Amino acid sequence: MAAAARGCGGVWCRVWQCGAGGSAPRGQCSVAGSARSAAVPAGKSGLAPWVPVVGLEIHAQISSNSKLFSGSQVQFAAPPNSVVSFFDASLPGTLPVINRRCVEAAVMTGLALNCSINKRSLFDRKHYFYADLPAGYQITQQRVPIAVNGTLSYSLCTDNKMSQMVTKTVRIKQIQLEQDSGKSLHDDTRSQTLVDLNRAGVGLMEVVMEPDMCCGEEAAAAVRELQLILQTLGSSHAVMAEGQLRVDANVSVHHPGEPYGVRTEVKNINSIRFLAKAVDHEIQRQIEELENGGTVLNETRAFDSKLGCTVPMRDKEGKQDYRFMPEPNLPPLILYDTKSLPANMNHQQVVNIDWIHERLPDLPSVKRAKLVEQYGILPEHSFTLLNEDGLTEFFENVVKHTQMKPKKVIGWILNDLLSYLNQHSLTVKESPVSSSILADLLNLLERKEISSTAAKQVLVELWKGEGKTPLEIVKEKKLELIQDQEALEQICQAVIDGQENEVMAIKAGNHKVLNKLIGLVQRRTQGRSNPVLVKQLLEKKLLE
Amino acid sequence: MRVLSVSRWLRGAVRAPSGGPGSPQVPQPGRREREVTVDVLDHLEHLALVDFRDSEGVERLQKAIQFADQLHEVNTDGVEPMDSVLEDRCLYLREDDVTEGNCTKELLKNAKEKVEEYFVAPPGNIPLPKLEE
Repeated sequence: MAAAARGCGGVWCRVWQCGAGGSAPRGQCSVAGSARSAAVPAGKSGLAPWVPVVGLEIHAQISSNSKLFSGSQVQFAAPPNSVVSFFDASLPGTLPVINRRCVEAAVMTGLALNCSINKRSLFDRKHYFYADLPAGYQITQQRVPIAVNGTLSYSLCTDNKMSQMVTKTVRIKQIQLEQDSGKSLHDDTRSQTLVDLNRAGVGLMEVVMEPDMCCGEEAAAAVRELQLILQTLGSSHAVMAEGQLRVDANVSVHHPGEPYGVRTEVKNINSIRFLAKAVDHEIQRQIEELENGGTVLNETRAFDSKLGCTVPMRDKEGKQDYRFMPEPNLPPLILYDTKSLPANMNHQQVVNIDWIHERLPDLPSVKRAKLVEQYGILPEHSFTLLNEDGLTEFFENVVKHTQMKPKKVIGWILNDLLSYLNQHSLTVKESPVSSSILADLLNLLERKEISSTAAKQVLVELWKGEGKTPLEIVKEKKLELIQDQEALEQICQAVIDGQENEVMAIKAGNHKVLNKLIGLVQRRTQGRSNPVLVKQLLEKKLLE
Repeated sequence: MRVLSVSRWLRGAVRAPSGGPGSPQVPQPGRREREVTVDVLDHLEHLALVDFRDSEGVERLQKAIQFADQLHEVNTDGVEPMDSVLEDRCLYLREDDVTEGNCTKELLKNAKEKVEEYFVAPPGNIPLPKLEE
């Protein structure tokens, strides 16, 4: 499927390509500016435009030592059933006791997402049967969750060059605290399921977003920003690969002006990249289905990353009735602020919203703005810096140790360092070139001891990680710029003498040809001449 | 006097199929005798994984619902439902310390089947066969 232009305005229009040979028509998405403005004229394709609607339900595992309602440990990849308490196993006679840290994490997240924090929230039971849910119900917050009515702002680039960014917002309906279930391993050969309850009872924050998004890219950008926020707050590590951040997408399509279409729920999305793919594929599938006269079923589908498409999920027979009821073992959760805080309360029993608010760290959007202001880099650059774990620190370290201006340093960071790391699938922490080594190299360049071409050559050597310093490599490969002006003048003269035609052209007024001569000097000096100086010398010789 | 809202679900579930489960409405006074249809029974059995087995079971269910319906003789206009007798208490907050776990052997003691410290369960829920009335 041809990808929509970055940052789709919200209206997709299918244009059939009648290929010779009768190949199956492939949908091609053309994009209008905004869903609210005039859509792609129907006359162009003969088909009415579609408005996709995407809403997300995100489960973030709370970063805490122990679980939400019990004292067993939260530990990834522990031996099966080794971090399970009697309560997690739902043995009779056990009761839930809420973990203070989980409450604080939810409040922090709610505040960071501009939500209203409910000072009084309630817990409910959501019933369904599954082997990894030993109690037969999940304790969640369906009636009155801990936080409601927030917003999340995220940015999209409107073209492939990342030079224009547009800010969008998605409304947060609510954030609720709930238990995670255990894990099922399906053994189809022996027709059985193996159950590990290590994860059962771990605290989750469910973030429910309103259906304000319209395509895979928006969904991916929103989730990425949420991930960065959670990681900055520390309320969740939000690593999708470890199941700490799970996203379910609700997708539907309709014609402008008509009511929303039937939605499907897409699950089993394991990365942000797959999220964009899954959403876009599902939109496409629904459009094709409807245009072929079919209907969209209100069902749950799983994303198959190998096939790159959504398939109906097994084990989801009919509509679920969760029979919500209040959790009788948990009284209301009461939170305070400085105004409502009673005088003699035990500190340990108090979660003070204002206290937490004062101690919130700088959110990603604030960090980016500070980077732009402090270092004079472009907003797009600040996005890339924050997007790669550890890259901001690396950049700031280099800036600290070099005389080169941050605006120039950022080029080396984003173009040279980052592209190398990406090519070799390395994280910033794994970089064979440390920030101090890069700073040394940039200093050589800044002091005009080497040319920028030479610097790139040195960098190639440094990637090998053999422990040599930039200076050592420069000496080894004889990359120093020729400082001897006389010698340089002689070489320039030699080049001039050898290029009669070019010299005539320059003297006649075509100064662009000068670049050719500069190139020839560079070649003779094996890249060891300063092009600015060479230009000056040549001009002196030819134009005076 | 306050009323437990759970009974609303019970009433909502047992009604002519048109209303659908979980959509509570005030019943007409005088309509005490209500049929438990096959569809509703199926749905209940499916949700609760309970087998009503025979007409005696259904009869008992019917009587139980009728008994609970008596609650609706109370006028609850303008009264907030109470969902917990603990409503005036505050939820106790526990410190985030690891105090439990590491009892794999004990937990698996009662398991009918186990495979290398995993519990063994049948593959997915086994639905009850549909009623044939």
